[in-house]
Amino acid sequence: MGNRVVITGLGVAAPNGVGIPAFTQAIKTGTSGIRHDAQLAELQFSCQIAGKPEVPEELQLRYLDPLELRNFNSNGILYGLIAGIDAWKDAGLPTNDGTDPDWESGVIFGAGSAGVDKLREAIYKVDNLQVRRLGSTVVPQTMASGISAWLGGKLGLGNQVTTNSSACTTGAESVLMAYERIKNGHATRMLAGSTSDAGPYIWGGFDALKVCTYKHNDSPAQGSRPMSATASGFVPGSGAGALLLESLESALERGASIYAEVLGGHVNSGGQRGDGTMTAPNSVAVQRCITQAMAQAGITGQEVDAINGHLTATGKDSLEIENWSIALGRAGLDFPYINALKGMVGHCLSGSGSIELVASVLQLKEGFLFPNINCEDLHPEISAIIDETRVPRALINLDLNIIAKASFGFGDVNACVILKKYING
Amino acid sequence: MDKETLIAELKAIVKPYAKDEAALANINENTDFINDLKINSANLVDVILDVEEKYNIIIDNESMEKMVNVKAAMEIIESKLA
Repeated sequence: MGNRVVITGLGVAAPNGVGIPAFTQAIKTGTSGIRHDAQLAELQFSCQIAGKPEVPEELQLRYLDPLELRNFNSNGILYGLIAGIDAWKDAGLPTNDGTDPDWESGVIFGAGSAGVDKLREAIYKVDNLQVRRLGSTVVPQTMASGISAWLGGKLGLGNQVTTNSSACTTGAESVLMAYERIKNGHATRMLAGSTSDAGPYIWGGFDALKVCTYKHNDSPAQGSRPMSATASGFVPGSGAGALLLESLESALERGASIYAEVLGGHVNSGGQRGDGTMTAPNSVAVQRCITQAMAQAGITGQEVDAINGHLTATGKDSLEIENWSIALGRAGLDFPYINALKGMVGHCLSGSGSIELVASVLQLKEGFLFPNINCEDLHPEISAIIDETRVPRALINLDLNIIAKASFGFGDVNACVILKKYING
Repeated sequence: MDKETLIAELKAIVKPYAKDEAALANINENTDFINDLKINSANLVDVILDVEEKYNIIIDNESMEKMVNVKAAMEIIESKLA
């Protein structure tokens, strides 16, 4: 059976709220974090709106000392540090001021790429024959595992310290990897999460792929429209989410406050076979990922109270609903509630899964469903499968027991996490 | 440039990197960057870049290897400025 695994800490740096109190307030009130982006306009992007966490220097100094901030130019690491350190503290864990590593605690913190702004700086210097002027800061800010290395050092972690990467599935995958490590007894606590850099060098490739909306440059807050008939592509986002996973035994021993239990989950790939390609999902694999996750968690489709979807606001949203419907064996009025955070924060890419998991856990803990904003015109292909009431457009206060959260990514990769409200025992 | 001025200038350069404030306050010719000031060894390259910028000099690889304390830094700066 292995250890039961619970969540005892949360942290987030999202476009519509940095820190758990601000983020909770924002998602309950349906506050958009999408803003016009002058840099994208200047660079003649088709999509000139984006989601970026707001992190003034005074806030940065709470996570990085002045020396660390010297020549610091890796916003993905900054977002990850805020989320990760907040989650650790939120769990009531002490900062490790001793000389020994904490052997029982580790971190799996994913990223899609690392420090692309810093890398750009370095590339310009190298090409200008100034390699010797790079200084000491390039490697720790541009290595793929940068974020886990920074967190590991700040917290003195002595268990596994690593970074996973599976495109937009990254955040959900990191939670499942951490879950398995604790379940199998290899660690007592794991900080799980993911981050994504912000900026034109991350978003440019998506703009070129024509998957971002160009229709809302003058109406940013209305730009990200998951499940809407007028959805016209995703809005690029960024940020980080973090969850402190811990064995139930350790949480009870510490008397820690428990947000939720991770019942189980599944990761798989469609192999870019069938309907699956580098950029499109194989529906057979998506459905299998969901059913396998439920089987591993020991629940049936009927037990799912709410779904937190991947739902990016591209043409694939209807297909995702169809896949959930088939996998759960539920449709119409019988379908669970479903919501999409991307309406408020955009698609935070490698950071999306963990930010959305943080939102899902908050819903379970506090008993609410955040509103699907910009979905006043539900797509007819979706209302043909599920009843309109299943897509809350306003905040609903409701006691929830089980939430299923899935993320899908380029490379035809999928992850589904099953979360359960924790009730003593 | 007299020794005291040079040491004072070096002190300002290493200040952001020095982790031992008492040692920084008492900086002198015999101060070692890593052992006394507790500068992270990776930051030594940053100290050298800052010295280059301050005095508009280029410190070659061999001199860099030697620049681990105040005395060596002073000798290298003086020789490049000479």
